[in-house]
Amino acid sequence: MTDAVLNAADVTPHAEPRWRAIGRNVFPFLVVGAIWETVARAGLFPARLFPSLEAIAAAFWRLTLNGILPHHALDTALRLGAGFALAAIAGTIIGLLMGRLRFAEDCLLPLVSIGAPIPGLAYAPLFLLWFGLGNFSTVLLVGFVAAFPIIFNTWTGVKAVKDIWVRSAQAMGADNQRLFRYVILPGALPYILTGLRLGLAQAWRILVGVEMLAAVPWGLGWMIFGAREFLNMDVMLAGVAVIAIIGLGLEKFVFQRLENYTVVRWGMMT
Amino acid sequence: MSPERIRSACRGALTLLLAAAIYEALARSGWFAPALMPTLEKIAATLVSVLADGSMLAHAVTTLYRVLFGFSLAILAGLPLGILMGRSRRIENFVLPLASALMPIPSLAWVPVFILWFGLGNTVSILIVFYASLFPMLLNAWAGVRAVNPLWLRAAGAMGADEQALFWKVIIPGASPFIITGLRQAFLRAWVAVVGAEMLAASDWGLGWVIFDAKEFLNADLMLASLAVIGAIGFAFERLVFGSLERVTVLRWGMVRSTKA
Repeated sequence: MTDAVLNAADVTPHAEPRWRAIGRNVFPFLVVGAIWETVARAGLFPARLFPSLEAIAAAFWRLTLNGILPHHALDTALRLGAGFALAAIAGTIIGLLMGRLRFAEDCLLPLVSIGAPIPGLAYAPLFLLWFGLGNFSTVLLVGFVAAFPIIFNTWTGVKAVKDIWVRSAQAMGADNQRLFRYVILPGALPYILTGLRLGLAQAWRILVGVEMLAAVPWGLGWMIFGAREFLNMDVMLAGVAVIAIIGLGLEKFVFQRLENYTVVRWGMMT
Repeated sequence: MSPERIRSACRGALTLLLAAAIYEALARSGWFAPALMPTLEKIAATLVSVLADGSMLAHAVTTLYRVLFGFSLAILAGLPLGILMGRSRRIENFVLPLASALMPIPSLAWVPVFILWFGLGNTVSILIVFYASLFPMLLNAWAGVRAVNPLWLRAAGAMGADEQALFWKVIIPGASPFIITGLRQAFLRAWVAVVGAEMLAASDWGLGWVIFDAKEFLNADLMLASLAVIGAIGFAFERLVFGSLERVTVLRWGMVRSTKA
């Protein structure tokens, strides 16, 4: 039934042909690209600092072919995955505990509320001092920072499960384990998914910055920061482009999927 | 206060005390170098001394100047553009693809690029703050205008409201919950971005720079003291500024209900 409604909404009277939709989306980039190219070729700024699109594309191609760019991107992606996995596991567990147990909520909430408003990067030097430069600190910091939205959302989700569902399940003889498995977890899942989405976005925003600070040998943040020393603006902008592509990929294939999943399954959001 | 709430508060306070005691015990145990893990007493003493000699205040003022400058620029650019996007199909078609391509780039990725373009210092931090806070502002203003109930627009039009009245009396109040959410999100992003930008690009002032510089000299006490200041300022802004902004606007207009009874 919901599918039919959604499909009907898709085929609106002013649906446009596919090529027009693509053209509409590409047009702004053409305009901005043309402006960039004009400024770059006009020679207002040194070509070293303001490379033409051709130079950026050439750098991108060169670095992709000799495998440097993929290596950087892979390392960044692995760090993101590891940090996020850490945050997802720890955050969901802490959030569930806080939602279910009064004692855990009373104890943990003050700690979490003190830690959360401090921007994640502010912890970076401290983590670097305590755990050394490199991968371990980076992943740990990314996990630490991404855990906060996951904790808060999971906790809210468990609290938002309707009392009447819990009571009716108990009246029908559900024990604690079944209550958790069949009532609490599905009830809180939309919130948990929102938390995971926010946590992943947070992790992504922080990771590039941490890579610049933590002196990791590979990683897109480090590549951009290192290229600055040699005035390799074309390499830096190619790196920013890859970061944009990864970010867009996360947005399209992870965040929107998660959102659709919750929308379709629970009809919670519009 | 009910006994229930008193018990919660006691437990919360006890946990904080316990956490502090564990930290203190670790710091005094001598397992870790005292330079890396200073005692709470030392952190407090550092905090008092940097507050007293005014240097922390100067750093905080510099950081606030950067964050508010960039944040205001983002409002000035993002709010009108977002509203225009909500009102005009053409502008939406042009800006939205650009915004969705630029938004997933973390603002800090631009720091090295901006350093080369604008040199170290204030400009880079302000621009990074601007970049970080622009998109939440823009997209929320856009979503807010589009979320205005079309029935209200038609009702106002039927009652003879002209364009201007429609804009100020219907669209802006209707979009205000979104706009305020946008301001909040934008400030949070800005606050994160400014700390990172200062670590990478500032040369002599700013809270982010203090923390990063303290690392070089292993001044963990100064780092933790600045962390406390950063947390306090962020908390104050979130609660006092945006909380009261919400009270005098959307709560008063009855657009959203207060979560706290």
